[in-house]
Amino acid sequence: MGYPHPTHPKEQAVLSKHFGDAGARTFDGWVKRGGYEGLKKALGMTREQVIEEVKASGLRGRGGAGFPTGMKWSFMPKDVVKPHYLVCNADESEPGTFKDREILRWTPHQLIEGCAVGAYAIGAERIYIYIRGEFTAEHKILVKAVEEAYQGGALGANVFGSGKRIDLVVHRGAGAYICGEETAMMNSIEGRRGNPRIKPPFPAVAGLWASPTTINNVETLSASSHIIREGAAWYKALCRGNPKSTGTKLFSVCGHVQRPGNYEVVMGTPMTDLVFDMCGGMRPGRTLKAVIPGGSSVPILTAKEIEGCLLDYEGVVEKGSMLGSGGMIVMDDSTDIVYQVMRLARFYAHESCAQCTQCREGTAWTTRILERILAGQGKKEDLNLLLDLADNMTGKTICVLSDSCAAPVVSAIKKFPEEFDAYISRARTSSLVTA
Amino acid sequence: MSAGHSATEAHQPVFVGEVRQKLDALFPKYPTRQACLLPALWLVQEARGWISEGAIHEVAEVLSLTPAYVKGVVTFYTMYHTHPVGRHFIQVCTTSPCNICGAEDVAKAFLQHTGCGELGATSPDGRFTVIEVECLGACGFATPVLIDDDFIENVTPERVPGILQGYK
Ligand SMILES: Cc1cc2nc3c(=O)[nH]c(=O)nc-3n(C[C@H](O)[C@H](O)[C@H](O)COP(=O)(O)O)c2cc1C
Repeated sequence: MGYPHPTHPKEQAVLSKHFGDAGARTFDGWVKRGGYEGLKKALGMTREQVIEEVKASGLRGRGGAGFPTGMKWSFMPKDVVKPHYLVCNADESEPGTFKDREILRWTPHQLIEGCAVGAYAIGAERIYIYIRGEFTAEHKILVKAVEEAYQGGALGANVFGSGKRIDLVVHRGAGAYICGEETAMMNSIEGRRGNPRIKPPFPAVAGLWASPTTINNVETLSASSHIIREGAAWYKALCRGNPKSTGTKLFSVCGHVQRPGNYEVVMGTPMTDLVFDMCGGMRPGRTLKAVIPGGSSVPILTAKEIEGCLLDYEGVVEKGSMLGSGGMIVMDDSTDIVYQVMRLARFYAHESCAQCTQCREGTAWTTRILERILAGQGKKEDLNLLLDLADNMTGKTICVLSDSCAAPVVSAIKKFPEEFDAYISRARTSSLVTA
Repeated sequence: MSAGHSATEAHQPVFVGEVRQKLDALFPKYPTRQACLLPALWLVQEARGWISEGAIHEVAEVLSLTPAYVKGVVTFYTMYHTHPVGRHFIQVCTTSPCNICGAEDVAKAFLQHTGCGELGATSPDGRFTVIEVECLGACGFATPVLIDDDFIENVTPERVPGILQGYK
């Protein structure tokens, strides 16, 4: 079906096949649509076989980092000495990203099934789904689906008669972007402030309550049951020739396109197909200025750079940015780049957990400099100061929130210097920011 | 969200009756009492509208934590209110993706039509509090607004008066 728009001919609907179809929300509805076959099949395989199948499929993490999923699962200890945990990351708070929300609200059983497959593969008897506090409706839908899954035998002490126990707890966040970072998420589940932890130890060694833990994104886990059901070869074939980026990916497109929404395409699809064909391009009379392709934490691309850019992990890197979470912010020629970059910096300053100096001070200082420039009090040296600050904010902290603030700032200064110069030379003023 | 008790009222225990049962139902879901902290705080906020000093002490007590520890956690998370708010709490997303689609005008319209005057302030009749929030995770439906537990998509300044009529 597709939601909020009918599936476009250039889409390949696997995860999004039942978006918009309220009948798919219930346990019975999901089973009627072929649901839980993947889980049943997985339960008939060994843990190792499930991991090998996911490895062979080429599935990579859809939460942003693109780490190979099968490999991540294989890091979990073979023998279950301490309890193993699976954490599903449904914190979705990266500006521009709203794909997991669609999975949660239309196909909660797709996620539960994927979680159960993952839990089985890593030897976990308990799953925590961490859902952001603001997703109120999705939380209700998910809790109801979990109850049904217990009743239907997909969760509980004896999953589908296999003798395996898999329990699932929905844990609600309370407003903190940083809790999307996997180690902060574990602290938050443990009832602590959401400060990221130093790695090592990695979660597979010492995660939740110092037990072996795997954290995966909603979309990643959802894809895993399809892979088990249809086979690794099927999934691997869903790409445009790059064997390092396989399968389908949900892209959230927002901003100045005619049809914002989620689109599911095979890896390697040209970005211009997505922006101009599927999303209908810019509003009448407007032209494309820039795209931030992977959620707000990645370098900004110019209209020229998106030409020939392929939507897969390597394709976007080749153009100097990252695929990230697949959340694309499209900006037309009406966009004030300096103002929007300031808003992003303000976002990171607001969301910094403040434990690392470079991040706590850097995100706030960056915001203040950008506000000063917008208020007509910028100095020529400010751009170099911003770049210098960004350098000190990159690769030096416990997690990458600090780097994520630096990436859009640095790339905007490099790619749109004239917009910054216009404010600094007082050729342009903003009514939105005052000194 | 129920109407909050005032800041001057003495604290009445939250974890009694049905709410106590909900708390007890949390314990088997986590291996430690500490891990029940976020859900326990949600129970308090659902019952009282905000989390007072008295509630912090009570939560600490039932989970065998110190009040200082609980307070440290409460203040980390932006959705927990540490002071009373209006009967209806309105959160307007104004982060970049919504911002470029006119979110700041939506926030202004809410301020104007609720009589709140400024962000974070409660309207004189106690009905509304309006704040701007960072990314609500629904960027393709700009501008998303969360009123209490109702997530409303595609809000424009024109729709604001009509939406507010549903909240007395
Ligand atoms: C500041 C920050 C925020 C993050 N937010 C999210 C998020 O909201 N959702 C998500 O899935 N991953 C998020 N991540 C990435 C997670 O740390 C982690 O890599 C991911 O959940 C792993 O799952 P995957 O391998 O399936 O992608 C975030 C990372 C950082 C540094």
